[in-house]
Amino acid sequence: MKKNTEKRNLLSIEVLGVILGLIWIAPFYLMIVNAFKTKREIFSGVLGLPESLNFDNFVQAFIDLEFLKSLFNSVLITGLSIVVIILFSSMAGYALARNKSKLSGVLFLIFVAAMLIPFQSVMIPLVSIFGQVNMLNAAGLIFMYLGFGCSLSIFLYHGAMTGVSKTMDEAAIIDGANRFQLFWYIIFPLLKPISVTVGILNTIWIWNDYLLPSLVLNEANATIPLKMFFFFGQYTKQWHLALAGLTIAIIPVIIGYFFAQKQIIKGVSEGAVK
Amino acid sequence: MHNRNIWFWLFLTPVILGLGLVVVVPFIYGFIFSFTDWNGITATKFVGLQHYINLFQEDEFMASIWFTVKFAIITVIILNIMGLGLALLVTRNIKTNNLLRTVFFMPNLIGGLILGFIWQFIFVSVFNDIGMLIGMESLQGWLSTTRTGFWGLVILTAWQMAGYIMIIYIAYLENIPKDLIEAAKIDGANSFQRFKSITFPLVAPAFTVSMFLTLSMAFKIYDQNLSLTNGGPFNSTQMVAMEIVRTAFSDQQMAFAQAKAVIFFLIVAVIALTQVYYNKKREVEM
Repeated sequence: MKKNTEKRNLLSIEVLGVILGLIWIAPFYLMIVNAFKTKREIFSGVLGLPESLNFDNFVQAFIDLEFLKSLFNSVLITGLSIVVIILFSSMAGYALARNKSKLSGVLFLIFVAAMLIPFQSVMIPLVSIFGQVNMLNAAGLIFMYLGFGCSLSIFLYHGAMTGVSKTMDEAAIIDGANRFQLFWYIIFPLLKPISVTVGILNTIWIWNDYLLPSLVLNEANATIPLKMFFFFGQYTKQWHLALAGLTIAIIPVIIGYFFAQKQIIKGVSEGAVK
Repeated sequence: MHNRNIWFWLFLTPVILGLGLVVVVPFIYGFIFSFTDWNGITATKFVGLQHYINLFQEDEFMASIWFTVKFAIITVIILNIMGLGLALLVTRNIKTNNLLRTVFFMPNLIGGLILGFIWQFIFVSVFNDIGMLIGMESLQGWLSTTRTGFWGLVILTAWQMAGYIMIIYIAYLENIPKDLIEAAKIDGANSFQRFKSITFPLVAPAFTVSMFLTLSMAFKIYDQNLSLTNGGPFNSTQMVAMEIVRTAFSDQQMAFAQAKAVIFFLIVAVIALTQVYYNKKREVEM
């Protein structure tokens, strides 16, 4: 008897969940369905299905977004930034965790405290300084991502180092390894789980960042969000093309999410809870 | 002794340069130049607190602060209720729980700019059509008034971030010992009693974490604001972050914008530090 009510409860929760899930993906559904319509079809109603599966909108959006080029720019800038952040933050996290001096405590505090500074508070002087030394370009942008991304990353690596025994260091030093060999061959591989977390958190942020690239890059080197902004301005009144462009722009993210959903959700929860 | 520490400095040099040149130096530089007539390149004279006095008298800036504060309060409440609700839903023993987690979390992976454009379509076209279909006039003309713009931003943010807050609550929910729940069941506690006396107190720390995240996120929102309402109509849905960007790069008033940015930093820092303070206090109690 009791088992039955429990089962029925569970079923109603399941139904509620599915309904909520459908509501959740409704915006994506409406975007894709309408991306197939002509301007006239959208005007006469957005709720129905398209008359035919017409890919013209996608072709034009693909061309106008210069999609392969902006995808390449996004991949290059995000990828290099992540490599730089993981490499240098893990080294710093290791150095700060192993050197127990007052100075390293102060340095660690500065790195963590910098997380309090919102981007808008440094944005104007940052653009001014980097502009004066001609570094408003992709290389400058990657360096900026290191500066903004290293705080949280060092914090996470520093925390992870407490789980790595110091005897590792001692044994390697006795065997004649120098600090770089010790770090690269022994410590860094042990930090791999936290590197995945650091990589995921920074990828989500950098891939989607709009404001910083808009201040640093020109349209020729635009990343996907930046290009999307220009593209959307061009087609403000033509939803069929705008929606096709939006659909194309999120395809890489959906593919990435499909392959790495477990790691992504785990990475985000670790980053948030620590 | 110093020789042995060379590796320490070598390991730290890249991040010290990064943080120093990208965050620390611009932060100090900006603070100093907010007291001058700086135009982004040079400053010719010291104007003292003039910009700070002016910004408190500027209606547009004060309006953007109030709009942001109202937005932050509402979204923090909504996001925590939704986040906990979704977390409770997907931690039950249902078949679709993994799929649902994936679905609820998905908007977080897509940038705020793109999500704002998608929702612009939903509010302007889809809401309009549904409104006509069911004869609800209130669904028409969304984003064309301050009120609908405000709620539009709240709905977009809630939809985007609820999955993220859900993940935080899940992490805490899954740490609740199963035998505690079982014992309460055997003692005859119903599901509401179990939630009130066991689940809720044990996930309370998650609220501290997610409140910090949602508050600071709500204050710093920019992309969604730009792509959904672009601050309109008549700048009435413009949040602080956007106000600062506009003052700097549209109006070209660099020093004035920087003074606003300093005030913005103080607001965000006070919120974050208050949060950390309460967090620490709670830890001591436990």
